Amino acid sequence: MAIETYHTLIAKNKRNTVLLVACFMLFFVGMGMLIGYVWGRDMLFASVVAGIAASVAAILTLTSYFGGSSALLGLSKAKQIDKSADPQLANVVEELSLAAGLPMPKIYLIDDTAMNAFATGRNPKHASVAITKGLRSKLTREELQGVMAHELSHIRHYDILYATLIAVMIGVLVMLCDVFLRSMWWGAGSRRRSRRRSGGGGAEVVLIIIALVLAIIAPILARIIHMAISRQREYLADAGSVALTRNPEGLAGALAKLSGDDEVLEVANRATAPLYIVHPIKNFEERSKSVFDTHPAVGDRIKRLMSLTT
Amino acid sequence: MWVLGIILAIVVVVAVALIGIYNTLVRKRIRCQEAWSQIDVQLKRRYDLIPNLVETVKGYAAHEKETFERVIQARNQAIGAQGVQQQAEAENMLTGALRQLFALSEAYPNLKANENFSQLQEELTSTENKIAFSRQHYNDSAAVYNVAREKFPNNLIAGSFGFEKRDYFEIEEPTHREAPQVSF
Repeated sequence: MAIETYHTLIAKNKRNTVLLVACFMLFFVGMGMLIGYVWGRDMLFASVVAGIAASVAAILTLTSYFGGSSALLGLSKAKQIDKSADPQLANVVEELSLAAGLPMPKIYLIDDTAMNAFATGRNPKHASVAITKGLRSKLTREELQGVMAHELSHIRHYDILYATLIAVMIGVLVMLCDVFLRSMWWGAGSRRRSRRRSGGGGAEVVLIIIALVLAIIAPILARIIHMAISRQREYLADAGSVALTRNPEGLAGALAKLSGDDEVLEVANRATAPLYIVHPIKNFEERSKSVFDTHPAVGDRIKRLMSLTT
Repeated sequence: MWVLGIILAIVVVVAVALIGIYNTLVRKRIRCQEAWSQIDVQLKRRYDLIPNLVETVKGYAAHEKETFERVIQARNQAIGAQGVQQQAEAENMLTGALRQLFALSEAYPNLKANENFSQLQEELTSTENKIAFSRQHYNDSAAVYNVAREKFPNNLIAGSFGFEKRDYFEIEEPTHREAPQVSF
C-alpha cells in the first residue's frame, strides 16, 4: 500500500462514499420503478411507486435522525459524566474539540467491562460520545486521545446521518421487495396483462422473472453495499483521528488493545453495532474480513494507520 | 426580448455565484479569527494555573527555590511579551521551566504521590495540549482560508475585496537543546 497522507486518504474516502451512496440510491429508485412497472405496465405508475418509496424513506430518515440519540444512550446503560467525575477524559475530549473547532460533545460512561466506544448525535451541536468503563481503564492518555478523536471524526463527518439514511433505505427497499413478491404470488402482474395489449407476452414474462430475481437478491445486495459504505466510513474516521491528533500511534495502540479483547459487550445488539468503534458482538476469531462486516478488520486498520505520514 | 431574458439570466447566475464566493471567504476568515483568539484563551488558562502549581510543589520541596523562581519569572515574562515572536520565545522558556518543575517529582516521591500535584500535572498537560491543538486548529483554518482565497475564480474576488493572506503560526521548537537557556 502506497504511503499516503491523511489528506489524500480523506479525500479518496469521501469520493468513494459519495459513489457508493449514489449507486445505492440509483439501485433503490431503479428497483422501485421496476416493481412499479411490473405492477402497472405503465411508466407513470412506475415513477409514482418509486416516488412514494423515496418519500417514505426520506420521512423515516428525518424522524429517526431527529429522534435518535437519547434512545440509543438509554439502551446502553450510559451515564453522563462531567469534568469532576473524570478530569482526564473530559480534558481529552475538550482538547480534541479545540483541534476540530467543534463545540464539546456530552460525555457518557457505559458501565460495562467490555472495551468499546461510540459517538451519536445528528450534528456537532447535538453530539455525544460514550466509552465503556472497561476501555477507559485500559488505555493510556495517548490511546484515549486516538479513540476519542475517532469518535469525534464520526460526528464531524456526519456519519450518523449517513448510517441512518442507508439503514432506512434498506428497510424500505426490503419492505418494497417483500410486498412485491407477495403481490406476484397472489397474481398481481397477470391480472393486468389481460387488460392491456395482448402482444409482447414473452418479453413481459422475462421482465417479471427479472423483477422477481432482483427482488430476492436486492435485500442481500443492499446489505453488502451498506457494509461496504460502513467500512469506508470507519477508515475515514481513523484518518480523521490522525487529522486531529497528528499521531497515528495513539489510535493504533488502542486498536491493538481492542483486538485482544474477546469479551462480548453485553448491552449492544445488532441494531446498534455499526456505531461502535469495533464490532461489539463478534469475538476475536470472527472479526476477520467479510462482506457483511460493518467494521474493517482491526489488523487492516492498524496497518493503514501506521503507514500514514503526516 | 429573448436576448434580454438570457442576458438577465446570466447576470443573475453570475451575481449569485459571486455572492456565494464572497460569503465563503468571509466565513473562512472569521473562522481564522476565532481560532486565533482561542489560542490566547488557552495561554491565559496556563498562566492562571501556574501559581497554584508552584505553591503545591513548594510544600514538598521547599529548598528547590531556584526552580520555582525560574518558573514564576518565565510566566511573568510570557504574560508581558509583546508581539508574536517575543511571545513565542517566552512560551518556550516557560515550557522548559515547567518541565524542570515536573522533573522534581522524580526526586521527591512524596510530591509524586500527592494527589493535588497529580491533578495539577494533568491540568497542565491538558493545557499544553490545548495550546498546541488551538494553534493546530488555527493553522488548519488558515490553510483552508488561503486555499479558498487563492484558487480560481475566488482569487478574483479576494483581490478586489481585500481578503489578505493569513500567516501560519510557526515557532522554532528547541528540539536539540537539553534545557532552554533561561536568561533574564
